[in-house]
Amino acid sequence: MQNKNNQATHLKKEILIRTIKAFLTDDFPAKARLIPYDMRPKGCAVPFRCCVYKERAILKERTIAVLGFSIEEYDERISLSSYAQKALKRSKPETLPLTVLETACKGCVPSRIHVTDLCQGCVARPCTTSCNFGAIDIINGKALIDSEKCKNCQKCISACPYSAITKVVVPCENACPVGAIAKNEKGHAKIDFEKCISCGKCVSICPFGAVHVKSQIIDILKHIKENKKVIALVAPAIVGQLPYPIGKIKSAIMKCGFCDVMEVAHGADITTKHEAEDFKQRMRRGDKFMTTSCCAAYNELVDKHIEDMKPFRSDSHTPLYYTAEIAKKKCSDCITVFISPCVAKKTEGMKNPNVDYVLSFEELGALLVAKKIEVNNCPDVPFEVESSKQGRNFPLTGGVAKAVEVATNNDIVCRNVLVDGLNIQSIRELKKYAKNKNCEQGNLVEIMSCEGGCTGGNACLNSYKTASKQITEYASNGKCVNDIEIE
Amino acid sequence: MEKIQVKVCLGTTCFVMGSSNLQELMELVPAKYGDKVEVSGSPCLSKCNIDWEYSRAPYVTVNNEVVFEATVEKVMREIEKQLSYAK
Repeated sequence: MQNKNNQATHLKKEILIRTIKAFLTDDFPAKARLIPYDMRPKGCAVPFRCCVYKERAILKERTIAVLGFSIEEYDERISLSSYAQKALKRSKPETLPLTVLETACKGCVPSRIHVTDLCQGCVARPCTTSCNFGAIDIINGKALIDSEKCKNCQKCISACPYSAITKVVVPCENACPVGAIAKNEKGHAKIDFEKCISCGKCVSICPFGAVHVKSQIIDILKHIKENKKVIALVAPAIVGQLPYPIGKIKSAIMKCGFCDVMEVAHGADITTKHEAEDFKQRMRRGDKFMTTSCCAAYNELVDKHIEDMKPFRSDSHTPLYYTAEIAKKKCSDCITVFISPCVAKKTEGMKNPNVDYVLSFEELGALLVAKKIEVNNCPDVPFEVESSKQGRNFPLTGGVAKAVEVATNNDIVCRNVLVDGLNIQSIRELKKYAKNKNCEQGNLVEIMSCEGGCTGGNACLNSYKTASKQITEYASNGKCVNDIEIE
Repeated sequence: MEKIQVKVCLGTTCFVMGSSNLQELMELVPAKYGDKVEVSGSPCLSKCNIDWEYSRAPYVTVNNEVVFEATVEKVMREIEKQLSYAK
């Protein structure tokens, strides 16, 4: 699992905090305009780029993404204060969840095969003979690849006894499991949203921090400021994201201005019950397998790329779906904000009319910092509705399949298959199951886009190891899902 | 010789800004230095209270030295430095 804390994420969080702090003052547009200058004042050291002006230009673009706008449509002539005003005025956030910062992206070279200095200019020259396209010549005693002729077959890489030839990868292209992001002829990465499943792997991997999530934080803060009833629906993965009990995190969220906090783990219990019934019916009618349906990136994957999987995906809705429905039933004029471990849920939220906004764990963290709320000093308040042990375990790999297994009450034998992370290999396997209408390894397939499940989500704050320990502890105090009453 | 005291700030600001990585120190330090160094997690060390100083979080203290934008490597280097003074 990739380490989530690096200088690029640190920088992104700092921009979030500064933007929220600017909002909390009485002159948001003016304060927002100053963010790049406050972060890189006159005469300061220039840590990352060629000059202070470029640093500020990129910081301006990052702030625009935090304000919720696409950099693809960004007009350089418009000031940050105008963008801040535009963010205050809009009634709906933009739909596509991600944006690429052109200026920040230019840093890496296009993907290619490259001969390094380790080339010894040997006599045997296996690279030239291995190449079927005549792309390698020896110039001044060193191998050189003609990029026009090279087809990226990589035969020369395995042929060289000095390991002198290497493939230079573009990290985002390499990390995307569905080929939705690529560098264009100008050298900028571009996302193809027809293909994108919003898994967020490009966001986490880009070493220049050039892929940004468009935040909805300003929209949410605006509603809180207008004294609307804003309800936070917290994903089960929130447990363990900060080293404090969940009850303290709950009251810290309320201190931010939310009027209530509901546990989506309760929605997970409803999902479990539906999914167990669904599973039993499918097995009885002779289906060979069923997949879970709670991961938003997986759902996008099926909808956009694996048509044949649709009949095998459970018809049960996601835990967020049921929780948002309960919230809106309880209070029809409330505004629901899902607090999420990943980017993909932003896309799910935008498609569900009961989910008004989505805030990531990182964004929530930034809000707590900006408001100077020390979570440890907040009271430990329990949730109104109790969630089950299995619902609380949803965010860990295997948690969803286990919950369904428990809820089937041994009526049908569950043989769980865990797809722990979507990547080219696991997607190939899934396509195979769908095509063959069979999964030989088992009958209940749990799919998580992120390695480790939601606790490994790309917007998480804590490491998987320590967070999962807290989740397991919290879950162990819960009742069995079969003893939970649902409406 | 007195033990070197390492305190990892687990306050909200430090944790949000990345001190989750530093939890590794709790296992690494005793394994490497035995009883010469004592490491513990601490509630907010109040280093972030000065306006805008959150941007240099997470903080760790090694005796009286403050390590800002702390990483495991930076903290280990500071421990080594103080151990070499003590010799």
